[in-house]
Amino acid sequence: MTRALALAALSLAVVAPVRLTAQDTSAVDRGVRIGILYRPGVRPGIVVLTGRAPGLDSLRTIMARDIDYSDRFELITLPGSDSIRLAAAPGARPAAGTGTGKTGGGATSAAGLNYPLYQALGADFAVAVAPAAGDSIVVTVHDVAGGAVRRELRSRLPPLTDPGFRMAVHRLSDRVLEGTLGAPGIAATRVLFVMDGKVYVIDQDGADRRLVSSTDHGAMSPAWAQDGRRFSYMEFWQGHGRLFVQDVASGKRAPVPTTGQALDFTPAFSPDGKTLAFSRAIEEGTDVYTVNIKDGCCLQRLTVGRFYDNLSPTYSPDGQRIAFVSTRPGLPQIYVMAADGTDQQLFAPFDYGATGSSNAPEWSPDGQAVAFHRDVAGTLQVFVLDVRTRAVRQLTSVGRNEDPTWAPDSRHMAFVSDRSGYRQLWIIDLETGRIRPLLQQSGARLPAWSPRLPETAASTP
Amino acid sequence: MKRLSLLLLGGLAMAAVAACPGKKPETTAAPAVPNNDSLEAERRRIADSTARAEAEARAREEADRRRQQAIADSLAALGQTTNAVKTMLATLIHFDYDKAIIRGGDAGVLDQKVAILQANPALRIRVSGHCDERGSDEYNLALGNRRATAAKQYLASHGIDASRIETVSYGEERPIDPGHDEEAWAKNRRDEFEILAGGDALKQP
Repeated sequence: MTRALALAALSLAVVAPVRLTAQDTSAVDRGVRIGILYRPGVRPGIVVLTGRAPGLDSLRTIMARDIDYSDRFELITLPGSDSIRLAAAPGARPAAGTGTGKTGGGATSAAGLNYPLYQALGADFAVAVAPAAGDSIVVTVHDVAGGAVRRELRSRLPPLTDPGFRMAVHRLSDRVLEGTLGAPGIAATRVLFVMDGKVYVIDQDGADRRLVSSTDHGAMSPAWAQDGRRFSYMEFWQGHGRLFVQDVASGKRAPVPTTGQALDFTPAFSPDGKTLAFSRAIEEGTDVYTVNIKDGCCLQRLTVGRFYDNLSPTYSPDGQRIAFVSTRPGLPQIYVMAADGTDQQLFAPFDYGATGSSNAPEWSPDGQAVAFHRDVAGTLQVFVLDVRTRAVRQLTSVGRNEDPTWAPDSRHMAFVSDRSGYRQLWIIDLETGRIRPLLQQSGARLPAWSPRLPETAASTP
Repeated sequence: MKRLSLLLLGGLAMAAVAACPGKKPETTAAPAVPNNDSLEAERRRIADSTARAEAEARAREEADRRRQQAIADSLAALGQTTNAVKTMLATLIHFDYDKAIIRGGDAGVLDQKVAILQANPALRIRVSGHCDERGSDEYNLALGNRRATAAKQYLASHGIDASRIETVSYGEERPIDPGHDEEAWAKNRRDEFEILAGGDALKQP
């Protein structure tokens, strides 16, 4: 009886959600999956096909990588590539017209698929990319198991040479993810970071790195507004720290009122975009302040440290709370307060005298977790705090890992790691434990992952 | 009438002719007669006065030069003093890892700065706090601020007007040693002292 109970308990434990339980266990190169809880058979298989049309190869390459980087599928590479599909196609019946009721794409998208063959290869979904009327393309999402077309996505893509081409494909990739699993993707996102005192942005797939702010003043701590149209960062001005808000589309920036007369740093937008929280260092110490950036007024001081410092604010996605760093226990640890500064309390538990400094908190977009880094045996490791249970879990262990930033799906995270021998940006999927380098260049740091980018903000960076 | 005027003219002309020859020999007579003694005396007189003038000029020049030299010397001495004081003032102080407490050994360095600030009331300085690369990038801005403030509080508690001291923090953004070892880190955990105003001529304390 007890054994049966124990078994039941065990199976319950196994069945319990495995969210955020993967562990980064070793340094791996691009595309190699790791992680103790990674189970290859669990994720649906997907195959990305393309017609023999000029210009679609790069589209398929970008889309296949987006789908791969979503870490939600087994991306299946066909043996012999297109030949299998071509050999199988002639005898197959068109499935699109009946599957979706749409007939307009018949000439391109309804090329029948040999569903049993793809099923045998382990595919649950097949994505076919084909040219359509005019300069548009059609992406057909096949439900291989169901033997029917699940969805047809039409899109007019800018020319290959257009700077907006890649982002348009990323957007399409996110629609494929939505069309297959109903899950919102992260393909149409970018990551801000600092290198050599300048602010850069890079697509989440590592392409299209661009300088977005360059002055003689060293820059630090970029942060996105939740609408994806603006970001903020700090610059050193004669020993003071001045905050700026920059418009993504125009590239124009404006100094944040009331900042720059002291050392102001680590800006963080409130979710409604009206308030900027930041750290201000004065002789008395460092404290968390907010300023109304909509009206350019109303500086408020949220913490009064005096003999200890409070810094690095990060809003909960509902805007009700702010997690921050406080040195009140004698060394920096993660605290939380109401957005008006009241009800300050310890957030991430620690063992007094044993746990190292904890810094750089960032609240996850789904509100359930706060990522931060903590000193472990003289080096830094990324940790995740479960907001509800207040359980803290160490995520990384190889090399020095710091400054985590959440992807909008709250399961991917970018961070800085020296696991490859020098500090560079990496991305980890918390569910599979898979990691990949985002930027193989030394010196990149302080990453900030964007929300899903709106069309206008993304098209003209 | 015409006749009278002719007569008058004739009379004047006569007088002029009569006067001229009589005067000439008298005026040229003395120098025209050479006298060796008087010549020698004159020569000596001229030579003496030239020599005197030259000597006076030399003396003037010498005095001028001495005066210039004295000014230059005193300026140089002042400059040397100023530079020496500046060097003393710029001496760094260092910190333990993740600490902003003035080390016992650095108290003497700060005492020297107290003396310099007291001897030079016009002097205003800026203290900048710096950290090594091991800590968190953003936390280090707060830590550097604590380190700069610690030095300022020390100076202020030893009688220096706090308004003469500005503090800033650069965190780990400006290492003086780019290395990644204990030695470099120890060097980079520091306070720097720079002159904001009143540093043109500094007195030795």
